[in-house]
Amino acid sequence: MFKLDKFSIGLGFAALIAITAQQALAQSGSAKFPGIGRTATPAEVAAWDIDVRPDFKGLPKGSGSVEKGQVIWEAKCASCHGTFGESNEIFTPIAGGTTKDDVKTGRVASLNDMKQPQRTTLMKVPTVSTLWDYIYRAMPWNAPRSLTPDDTYALVAFILSLGEIVPDDFVLSDKNIAEVKMPNRNGMTTKHGFWNVSGKPDVNGNACMHNCVPFVQIGSTLPDFARNAHENIAEQNRMYGPYRGADTTKPPIKELPGASGAGLAHAADTHSSAAKGPATLFKNENCSACHAPNAKLVGPSIADVAKKYDGQSGALEKLMAKVKSGGAGVWGSIPMPPQAQLSDEDRKALVVWMLSGGK
Amino acid sequence: MEKPANRARLVKAPEHFISQELIADINANGLDENRRGFLRKGFMSALGGAAAGLTAPLAMAAGEGDPAILEKQEWQTTLGKNVATMPYGVPSIYESNLIRRESPGLTRVSAASVAFTPLQGLFGTITPNGLHFERHHQGWYNLNPETHRLMVNGLVKNPRVFTMNDLMRLPSVSRTHFIECGANTGLEWGNVAVPTVQYTHGMLSCCEFTGVPLKVLLEECGADLKKGKFMLAEGGDGSGMTRTINLESCLNDTIVAWAMNGEMLRPENGFPLRLVVPGVQGVSWVKWLRRLEVGDMPWNSKDEAVHYIELMPNGMHRQYASIQECKSVITTPSGGQQLLDKGFYNVSGMAWSGRGKITRVDVSFDGGNNWRTARLETPILTKSITRFNIDWVWDGSPAILQSRAFDDTGYIQPSIKKLRDVRGTRSIYHNNAIQSWKLDSNGEVSNVQVG
Repeated sequence: MFKLDKFSIGLGFAALIAITAQQALAQSGSAKFPGIGRTATPAEVAAWDIDVRPDFKGLPKGSGSVEKGQVIWEAKCASCHGTFGESNEIFTPIAGGTTKDDVKTGRVASLNDMKQPQRTTLMKVPTVSTLWDYIYRAMPWNAPRSLTPDDTYALVAFILSLGEIVPDDFVLSDKNIAEVKMPNRNGMTTKHGFWNVSGKPDVNGNACMHNCVPFVQIGSTLPDFARNAHENIAEQNRMYGPYRGADTTKPPIKELPGASGAGLAHAADTHSSAAKGPATLFKNENCSACHAPNAKLVGPSIADVAKKYDGQSGALEKLMAKVKSGGAGVWGSIPMPPQAQLSDEDRKALVVWMLSGGK
Repeated sequence: MEKPANRARLVKAPEHFISQELIADINANGLDENRRGFLRKGFMSALGGAAAGLTAPLAMAAGEGDPAILEKQEWQTTLGKNVATMPYGVPSIYESNLIRRESPGLTRVSAASVAFTPLQGLFGTITPNGLHFERHHQGWYNLNPETHRLMVNGLVKNPRVFTMNDLMRLPSVSRTHFIECGANTGLEWGNVAVPTVQYTHGMLSCCEFTGVPLKVLLEECGADLKKGKFMLAEGGDGSGMTRTINLESCLNDTIVAWAMNGEMLRPENGFPLRLVVPGVQGVSWVKWLRRLEVGDMPWNSKDEAVHYIELMPNGMHRQYASIQECKSVITTPSGGQQLLDKGFYNVSGMAWSGRGKITRVDVSFDGGNNWRTARLETPILTKSITRFNIDWVWDGSPAILQSRAFDDTGYIQPSIKKLRDVRGTRSIYHNNAIQSWKLDSNGEVSNVQVG
């Protein structure tokens, strides 16, 4: 051991303080909440900061052609959105309702004339950056974040070509994306009173207390055929207390039921909330996102599956394995994602139910 | 006063096939498959399958009184269940009708859909966590709180990463606020479309949220709040939900929250972290919050530039219509409900404003011709639900019930006609019109629009 003089002790101590302070800064960034949080590394920021603004801040380099976009589209997007972005099966259509004139004016005329049945994405979105960001961050719907920047450029190019905003031989890139003229680029406003808590309301009610509207006119009621469209309302209300649900499986009662509620459907008799079994599993496990009872969505309909495997030996085992680890190629190019979250019991119940045609 | 015997309008129980034990059992436990099967068998033989008599256990023996009083009940004469039989607890089996529900046909896929809060059965101002409405864009997950991170970047001196452990060490606040989807009541812009208040107004909930004030986090990261007028909030789910937050408007009361009504957020509501932006439409309360970026312009991100926009009659879309204006609705009685008899009722509902506090609620029973001022119950909190009640004796004649709310900015909830005159019928969002419920002389309440 050796003896330290005062000077070297002081130096060492000062250095220690400096090092500690540096570490503390990296650790906490402030003296206010020491030990809380840490500095984000550049790689971490790059991994998460993927948003793209209207001024294209955040847009990665890359490019993609309409032609390549069409190939990716047909493999990964068409099942939900239709070959031409026109499908209304699952979400509202992507393309349609815009004209070359709209591209010139920057206002979509069909938003005014009400002739278009639906507002498509191209009719609405004012900035091409939004399309890019949407696809890159959240598409395909059941496999988000699986596309590369180049894939995304290609898909945006393909969508733009569907709206005749760019020609069929167009190659979209970070260099030329700012030149794209969206058909509804002038059709969006933030001039309203709802952006700020201190904004001005559109309208105001009135505080009249007596004889305010001498003639009360009912303008709209629910049509009779819709009486049970939301299932039995009796089962959606408390089965005791002063306010019961009307039994909408039956026509309205003629007289007041009386203090005891006699004559009303007894909600306990019909506990719809207790529904279980494969049909509920099918819905809760989101099988219904891709399979419908009788229509082809992303995947085959239940009826088609039942028909294909009708009477086949080993169909149960085969399909159970397929549900567990996923499959591809039997019903088209869209793969079925593995459903590893299901218990063997649930998987069996689902497959048996599918094979019986959902009965 | 009526004699008890005269008030009983039920058929006396056919005692030869429903035993007292079964009556007690059904009263205690409700009907399940076994009990119903037993009943059905009994009725099949006795009445040819008629379903009468299900309410028979409530019947009163003539002259003597109510068996619910005269007879000993199972719960008075036997031992009940142990503590912690249900360690987290569930509502009574008699409450199983009050659940979140989807509106049939509203969307094609349930992973991008809405489940509505059953407002018709709620009391007070707080929404039970299990009934808080759900709206997802790409399904929900149980995120692992151990690996969940919040990043703050953009116009900040120190881009930072926080774990849940970090965040939950910070000074927290607990505030009660309503959350309402911008599309709540949106189905009714054109005409009456759905039967009950669950579907007309059920994208509305109100909870006490706990978390760290956004301002504390932004200051901690050295945010440039002179240049940085906007913030992007981003979710950690597949949809990567992104919303531009107007800091000028929201900085002071926004919370980065992890708790709701005293427990951690439920997964369906963003566990383990969500943004709470009081007064602003629900889509901005980003769930599964993983990133906050401070910036100098709005982002035009996917949901704010494609979906949550309002089509005005001149063909122009409104973007960033964020504030939920003053609104109210009568919840009892409401559409689809059935009044049992004439006489006294407490009529009750909810009022809220995204711009401040509720100051007054009026109720009309004649379609808006005459109004009476309702009682406001406490607490009356800013950007929160206020419960109102009003006494009413129903004489059995048809009526149209309405409520209109006032807030402390002087704003009065408008009629649907006034709103349509300005916004047309294709707006979808921000329908805060006065709701009308029509009561028929048979006691059934239905959804109507007046004017």
